[in-house]
Amino acid sequence: MSISAVISAIIGGSLIGLVAALLLFTHNRVAGISGIAAGILPPWNNESPWRASFLTGMLLSVPLYRSLLGEIPLELSASLPVLAIAGLLVGYGSRLGGGCTSGHGICGIARLSTRSIVATLVFMLAAGLVVFGVRHGF
Amino acid sequence: MVSKQSALIKNLLALLLGIGFGLGLIVAGMSNPTKVLAFLDVLGDWDPSLAIVMASALGTLIVSQKYFLKNSEPLSSSAASSCDGNRSGVDASLIAGSTLFGLGWGLSGICPGPAFIGLASGNLGSLVFFASMYAGFIAYRWLNRSR
Repeated sequence: MSISAVISAIIGGSLIGLVAALLLFTHNRVAGISGIAAGILPPWNNESPWRASFLTGMLLSVPLYRSLLGEIPLELSASLPVLAIAGLLVGYGSRLGGGCTSGHGICGIARLSTRSIVATLVFMLAAGLVVFGVRHGF
Repeated sequence: MVSKQSALIKNLLALLLGIGFGLGLIVAGMSNPTKVLAFLDVLGDWDPSLAIVMASALGTLIVSQKYFLKNSEPLSSSAASSCDGNRSGVDASLIAGSTLFGLGWGLSGICPGPAFIGLASGNLGSLVFFASMYAGFIAYRWLNRSR
């Protein structure tokens, strides 16, 4: 791991944490992306507009980064059918489990929620086992 | 029209925060599925950088909560409901849901935040994942509509 990768990880991670703190401060809401993303589906309520704005901002970060800092590395190793199944699992699972990497893994752990700590351990373990199975065989 | 103005400001702030979150994911390398999978591959050629990302995010958030948000109310149940519902305690849904989520994350290297970066990047695999993720959200809502 290069020094620049460590520095990028620290800067990127700190920015994510800062945004989560500011969202709490300005909106009193948790930066859980699965909840925000599913929250723009109908029926709409008074929470839908800020969620749509936040997600639009995330989309805009891509052209902004490209114009200021350059190409965004994005390499997929899974095939299209596997990606389709994975998307279903991520969408359904994050709603059933009440959160994902951001909501449970960062915001939930930061407020020492037992649910979030357990959820994070479970999804890290499940993901690690899948990667082990795919790459090294069981 | 104060309420209309404050709603506009709230949405503008959310837009800026979304840009910040997206840039954070990209800079951190979270938006590259191959890098995420290298982090999850603990027994292979392990890339620990996403552990540093999580630790940095957690550290920043915890320090911010402690020093800057201490006068604000502790997180209300309505705030938590934006993500985790009004549920409490570890239950079967939490374990089952997190297991399914982990399986999908491990197969693809993509979780919901990076799925939006992938959508904006516009490559086919990312679009397929994004559409399926929303199908998963809709399936959950449809199957649990009586609750």
